[in-house]
Amino acid sequence: MKIVVDFDRCQSNALCMSAAPELFEVRDDGFLYVLQEEPGEDQRAVLEAAVRACPTQAISIG
Amino acid sequence: MSVGDSHVVVVGASLAGTRAVEALRHQGFDGRITLIGDEAHQPYDRPPLSKTLLSGKRTADQVRLHPDGDDYASVLDVTMMLGRRACSLDVDAAEITLDRDERVGFDALVIATGSRARHLNHTDHLPNVYVVRTLDDCLRLQAALVAGARVVVVGAGFIGAEVAATAHSLGCHVTVLEAAPVPLERQLGATMGTYCATVHARHGVPLRVGVQVDEIDANGVILAGRERIQADVVVVGVGAVPNTEWLQDSDVAVGDGVLCDAFCRVRGSGAGTLKGIVAAGDVARWTNTLFGEEMRIEHWTNAAEMAEHAATTLLADLNGDSSSLMPFAPVPYFWSDQYDIKIQFLGRSTGHQEVVVVDGSMESGKLVALYRRDNQLIGALGISRVRQLMSYRNLLATGASWEEALTHAAQ
Repeated sequence: MKIVVDFDRCQSNALCMSAAPELFEVRDDGFLYVLQEEPGEDQRAVLEAAVRACPTQAISIG
Repeated sequence: MSVGDSHVVVVGASLAGTRAVEALRHQGFDGRITLIGDEAHQPYDRPPLSKTLLSGKRTADQVRLHPDGDDYASVLDVTMMLGRRACSLDVDAAEITLDRDERVGFDALVIATGSRARHLNHTDHLPNVYVVRTLDDCLRLQAALVAGARVVVVGAGFIGAEVAATAHSLGCHVTVLEAAPVPLERQLGATMGTYCATVHARHGVPLRVGVQVDEIDANGVILAGRERIQADVVVVGVGAVPNTEWLQDSDVAVGDGVLCDAFCRVRGSGAGTLKGIVAAGDVARWTNTLFGEEMRIEHWTNAAEMAEHAATTLLADLNGDSSSLMPFAPVPYFWSDQYDIKIQFLGRSTGHQEVVVVDGSMESGKLVALYRRDNQLIGALGISRVRQLMSYRNLLATGASWEEALTHAAQ
């Protein structure tokens, strides 16, 4: 399971960070950082929640 | 009849409606679903309309809600009825009447008809007057926002401010008019509303507050006192009204929105709720038990979250097992991108008694401000301070006291 972020769409609203803080972090530079590029299956539910929470549809699961 | 034989009709094909469909399927519902929407377009996302679509950075195809596009209906096995308007609801007969007098029966119903832009009286015939709500609205406005155009934005709310910023970036000469003495006061309070609105002046866009628009004509705007402001384009951003007219002769309880219980079930005009009917999104008014406050929210995140919750409630009720249901009690969230700043708000500001900047400063243009009501943290505003703001979400979700919030801020 791979996290795919379309950084052209991402506007750093940080809703993914709120839904899945172990996977996403928006830092002080205003950019989103993916903390685990390929999380385990046990994180699927939380990753799906982050996908749904993103208001710019920037996150998908590869 | 088993749940799988049920026919769920979702009225409204924007974010709340489509998220309800997805949640029903995601949660295993395998009966029939029909999605009805009054716009002819495939479902699309509204936040980009006032920003990247209006500026031309994205096309209409790029603001679709689902990359699957035309395959959406088959992927989710949903019957789409787009460009069709629901005209009335008969609860007893479990039937909706559409335009052209077509009837659609249902076993369960999701009401997600959203809201529409409020228009100013006597302006609908004017070709130079625009609102910003639908894709068609924005494509029309986009064509008018040419460099050098004189643009008056009526209303300094979030939509008005975003349109002003976009028009300014396109080289238009923009003026913003606001009837209230303080912009954004209802959403942010007087101090922060005033502060956020300074973003216009910082970018050389004049904002005039406390001015009443008396009349709009083909040459621009006439203010009370007869001052005229010449404009090629007049954008009206004076709020939205919930789409409930189609329910007025039904048993659905309506009062500035469709009235719901804490679980998104729709109330009847008598006592209790209507079996198998839920509502979500801009149109729905419910009591958020986390804040002990009745609310109707016109923001993206609420439409998405409430639709999922409403679908969960609906399936549990259809299954006759509502024992494990939770009330819909989210921390409301909205954001607004204007010029070079990002405004974000978590929670509520209603009835706040104090606002304290706990991080950053007004001078720096980056800050987090907390809102207190009695001894409770009820809201947090962030301006270009994303990470710091989001750290208050859990505090709000757990009903943290003011002291806890200040302690967190000091860490």
